[in-house]
Amino acid sequence: MLERESSIENEFDIVAARRGAKEVANELGFSTVDQVRIATAISELARNVVLYARMGSIVVRPFCEGGQQGLEIVVADKGPGIPNVELAMTDGYSTSGGLGAGLPGARRLMDTFRIDSQLGQGTTITARKWKA
Amino acid sequence: MHQQVPILKIDDFWIASVQGSLHDQDVIEFKQALLSKIMQPKSRGLIIDLTVLDVVDSFVTKTLIDIRGLAKLMGIPVIIAGMSPAVAITLVEMGLSLEGVDTALNLQKGLDKLRNAGKER
Repeated sequence: MLERESSIENEFDIVAARRGAKEVANELGFSTVDQVRIATAISELARNVVLYARMGSIVVRPFCEGGQQGLEIVVADKGPGIPNVELAMTDGYSTSGGLGAGLPGARRLMDTFRIDSQLGQGTTITARKWKA
Repeated sequence: MHQQVPILKIDDFWIASVQGSLHDQDVIEFKQALLSKIMQPKSRGLIIDLTVLDVVDSFVTKTLIDIRGLAKLMGIPVIIAGMSPAVAITLVEMGLSLEGVDTALNLQKGLDKLRNAGKER
């Protein structure tokens, strides 16, 4: 099983997580462009963990549904939660002085994208990419 | 592990070829190193070569835009060269079009562009 779990605590872990995700995507036979899409989405989500929650975890795993193969990423933290998910998903909106492209960008790079966030409890983001 | 990006000079053009994966602190240090180079009196331009960079996320993009903006204020043209097709596609999909940033297909074309821009002045 190609599943990988990594803990995210600092910026070094961001690089390691996206490298790991790219390796899994490569082994699963994703195209070069899809590998970059997945690695970039991981980079955005992992940075959010470091920025807002300080620590969390990322799981990258293959899945198969309806005969279709794909890759699932689950990014979880026990941080402050996202007060307004809709606002956080808006292009250009940032509370950290960034470009505000992380969450909306990551969503566009993946095929499915779900945010479960509770104030004071944490945030879990589950995203999938189907193999073309 | 710190990854230092070598910043080389050809004629009066600065060339930085980013190797491998940079983490955030590297990116910040890279930006500062570039600015200290291009403020030297004879500087005429800067090329940032991304040929071997496999992931460009919003943080790196923001830094590139910042560098370009600061260099512009100093009168130094900046060219981003060598972006791979996969990275370009990813950035466009994310909505990061690097508006206003000058680009070139590769290092050679970037250098040609800077040289020609210098002649027109």
